[in-house]
Amino acid sequence: MINNLNIMLPEIFLSLSIFSILMIGVFIKKSFNIIFNLTSLIIIVTITIIFTSPNNEEKIFLDSFTRDAFSNYFKILILLSSLFVLNSSKNFIMDNRLDKFEYPIIILLSILGMFFMVSSNDLILFYLGLELQSLSLYILASIDRDNLRSTESGIKYFVLSALSSGLLLYGCSLLYGFTGSTNFDFIASELNKENTGAVFAMVFILVGLAFKVSAVPFHMWTPDVYEGAPTSITSFFAVVPKVAGLALLIKFMSIPFSNILLEWQTIIIFISIASMILGAVAAMIQKNFKRLLAYSSIGHIGYALAGVATGAISGYESAIVYISIYVIMNIGAFSCLYLLKKDGIYKENISDLSGISKKHPLLAISLLIILFSLAGIPPLGGFFAKFYVFVAVLEQQMYALAIIGLLTTVMSAFYYLKIIKTIYFDDSFITFDSTKNRIAQISIFASCTILISFFLYPSILNNLVDTLFIG
Amino acid sequence: MNFPILSTLIFLPLISSLFILLSKEKTSNNSSIYISLFSSIATFFLSLFLWYSLDISTSEFQFVEEKSWINNFIKFKLGVDGISILFIVLTTFITPICIISCVNSVKVRVKEFLIAILILETFMIGVFCSLDLVIFYLFFEAGLIPMFLIIGVWGGPRRVYSAFKFFLFTLLGSVLMLVAIIMIYWLTGTTDITQIYEIKIPREYQNILWLAFFSSFAVKMPMWPVHTWLPDAHVEAPTAGSVILAAILLKMAGYGFLRFSIPLFPVASEYFTPLIFTLSIIAIIYTSLVALMQDDMKKLIAYSSVAHMGYVTLGIFTLTKQGIEGSIYQMISHGLISAALFLCVGVIYDRLHSRMISTYGGLVNYIPKYSFLFLIFALAALGLPGTSGFLGEFLVLTGTFQKSYLAAMLATFGVVLGAAYMLWLTKRVIFGVTNNSEIKNLNDINKSEILMLVSLAFLIIFFGFYPLPLMETFSVSVNSLINNYETAISN
Repeated sequence: MINNLNIMLPEIFLSLSIFSILMIGVFIKKSFNIIFNLTSLIIIVTITIIFTSPNNEEKIFLDSFTRDAFSNYFKILILLSSLFVLNSSKNFIMDNRLDKFEYPIIILLSILGMFFMVSSNDLILFYLGLELQSLSLYILASIDRDNLRSTESGIKYFVLSALSSGLLLYGCSLLYGFTGSTNFDFIASELNKENTGAVFAMVFILVGLAFKVSAVPFHMWTPDVYEGAPTSITSFFAVVPKVAGLALLIKFMSIPFSNILLEWQTIIIFISIASMILGAVAAMIQKNFKRLLAYSSIGHIGYALAGVATGAISGYESAIVYISIYVIMNIGAFSCLYLLKKDGIYKENISDLSGISKKHPLLAISLLIILFSLAGIPPLGGFFAKFYVFVAVLEQQMYALAIIGLLTTVMSAFYYLKIIKTIYFDDSFITFDSTKNRIAQISIFASCTILISFFLYPSILNNLVDTLFIG
Repeated sequence: MNFPILSTLIFLPLISSLFILLSKEKTSNNSSIYISLFSSIATFFLSLFLWYSLDISTSEFQFVEEKSWINNFIKFKLGVDGISILFIVLTTFITPICIISCVNSVKVRVKEFLIAILILETFMIGVFCSLDLVIFYLFFEAGLIPMFLIIGVWGGPRRVYSAFKFFLFTLLGSVLMLVAIIMIYWLTGTTDITQIYEIKIPREYQNILWLAFFSSFAVKMPMWPVHTWLPDAHVEAPTAGSVILAAILLKMAGYGFLRFSIPLFPVASEYFTPLIFTLSIIAIIYTSLVALMQDDMKKLIAYSSVAHMGYVTLGIFTLTKQGIEGSIYQMISHGLISAALFLCVGVIYDRLHSRMISTYGGLVNYIPKYSFLFLIFALAALGLPGTSGFLGEFLVLTGTFQKSYLAAMLATFGVVLGAAYMLWLTKRVIFGVTNNSEIKNLNDINKSEILMLVSLAFLIIFFGFYPLPLMETFSVSVNSLINNYETAISN
């Protein structure tokens, strides 16, 4: 057993580092800067550890923990996106006096939780990881505790999320009761359609997971939390937990529930279509940019779920490619929000963007690229994300899903165009402070460069993702 | 030849737009204008060279470039034949004219405007070069972004509405085409059209796929009843935007019918011919009548474009040699004529800032050079023999007579209506009484305007008398298109 511990090396390293920087925080006053930089360092080191670790599938602790190409890919995605999200928001954190030393530590804790989620091969381990992540997220949502809306969003998120965790746990216990094991592989071999109780369990688990990725009809918390939480937290919420949630969903569908495909497929199709439609329709009337991004993220999860709904490896792969490109786009979009500072206050209404193309042409063109990419217009990265999903969907001859999905693309293009209209066609009122937020600028630049140049080598992500399901 | 001449052609404008982006001038925009003019003229000569070196005795695709793009799935495949080369040359010819015209008409954000035009040129050439459905779709859709901005940023008072309508209509039409493209991939295992020509799509799928492609092309064409975005877009777009829209973007759909709908779905094309005929005839007669009633010059020309495009679709779906050749000829000639007419409107709009017909009258007394050129273009638009406009319509009608007398007669009636609105427009603008005192102080066209308009007028008359260079270029390709179609139908 001890010989195999290196399988968990990233998790072990991460937990030990968290405890050590916690100690630094306790004993050194005003340690936010040190801890913040250490956190970035820890993330980078963890990335290198995962990069150097082999990709072959290995399991330890009675097969409850897996390390394979799939989990490694997601861990790296989670770490990279956290690194960008965290660093580009540093100025924002300082300006809004959120510079408590716990902040980066809690983010690391939630990352640890996600690591266990994507690596778990057992109901208990998966639930522990999920709860570690969720508890960290509750705190993060209300981290600006003197702000009424931040606190409100934290409480709201906690109450709803606790409920969904309860349903999830109930589903897990049913699953254990009907199959006699908590191990994914064992459940997979035991499950079949005749096992009605297990199908019930599947529904409960799906509800819980849909809540975590904020898919309709379990999305109600998303707009409020996105709007209420400080922007730095919102950008984390919009990116990282979604990646982990989707990974977990794919894991559940492809391992324990692989034999009851027809049972869950209808549910996922419904969730996917509902998310796409609601995301497109509700976003049209939003005035707050963060709230709009919340609805847009609901829509995007709908597209990713359309890939999952195929129930085929190619579909899962397309969903993973989709979420990866989604991460790139959202990091860019949120980094733009960090540059909208006027007299020390960060603006977050769409009307504040009015005419910025005249005074801030670079910011405007970056937003243009990101928004057109979010809308899925070729030749930008977002188009390829949608393209791969629909290729996979049509491979399974799910024509209705594909057509509805593409029609909602047109609907959602409307509200992205509305923002572009505000940026480019309207008159300008505000000149934003010249910011020295280099890292946010670098994030935007990186995001735009990837989105523009994606068409030069569009199969780069597919090649990576193709290797994930071989094991 | 190993030199990737088509990729160079496509990406030359894009690369030069990067140079403009990086140029750091604040006060004047001269260097941006020179860079863009130089690059677009270079592109034009490159495309002329391409035309010159194209072997027109074969219908094979030439200068084919193939590069693996998305693994085992889609190849980045480019190539030209006798049909597409003409559209490429048209594109590269119109773009420098637009750039010259924007010197006079665009006053704000000139640099960005030039960048948008050049990027748009890249996408437009890409559409006509691509031999792969996905690449085609990519370029086809990508053109929306620069055009949306051109209308929205530099357009008239109702620009926001028009830009949105343009974007959403076109996008809505094309998403179904994307579904169809992916379906074709799963049916045949490839999106390379030369391979699909060989494999042939099963009959039972053809109708539905044809309709999906049709939904996209009909919006872009535009065909009645989804043409309503065009007048709005034309009216609000700046001159250069209208010119590109009328001269090139509308031709993408006609080209799409020729390149994709007919060869890929021959059975469905035959099946849906009555539908196309009906819509085309309605377009020709209805929009001509609507054009008669306009008091906005740009709107009038926009509606006349819809009517002219009606001839194009009519001719294509006669599926006869004359019909198709006439359609291609009509598209090229309409590209020149409508560009010239929109430039003409732009010229007086720059001076008096009005597009209303009632503002003008008796221009011939004060700006004779302009009036003379305007007259040539108006006569070309109504299809006077001796201008390129005549030949296209004539061939289309000849082709239509072989298929349906009724359609041909109704379409011929449209020619009369076309003459009515164009002549009436000319009468009210160029001749007639001058009520507006400002007209007396108008300056006649300056050198750059003369350069643009005379070069267009020269080509219109040249191709009116001597159509052979165009006819020879596409004749073999059209023959093989019809042969393939007839073999497919008879099986």
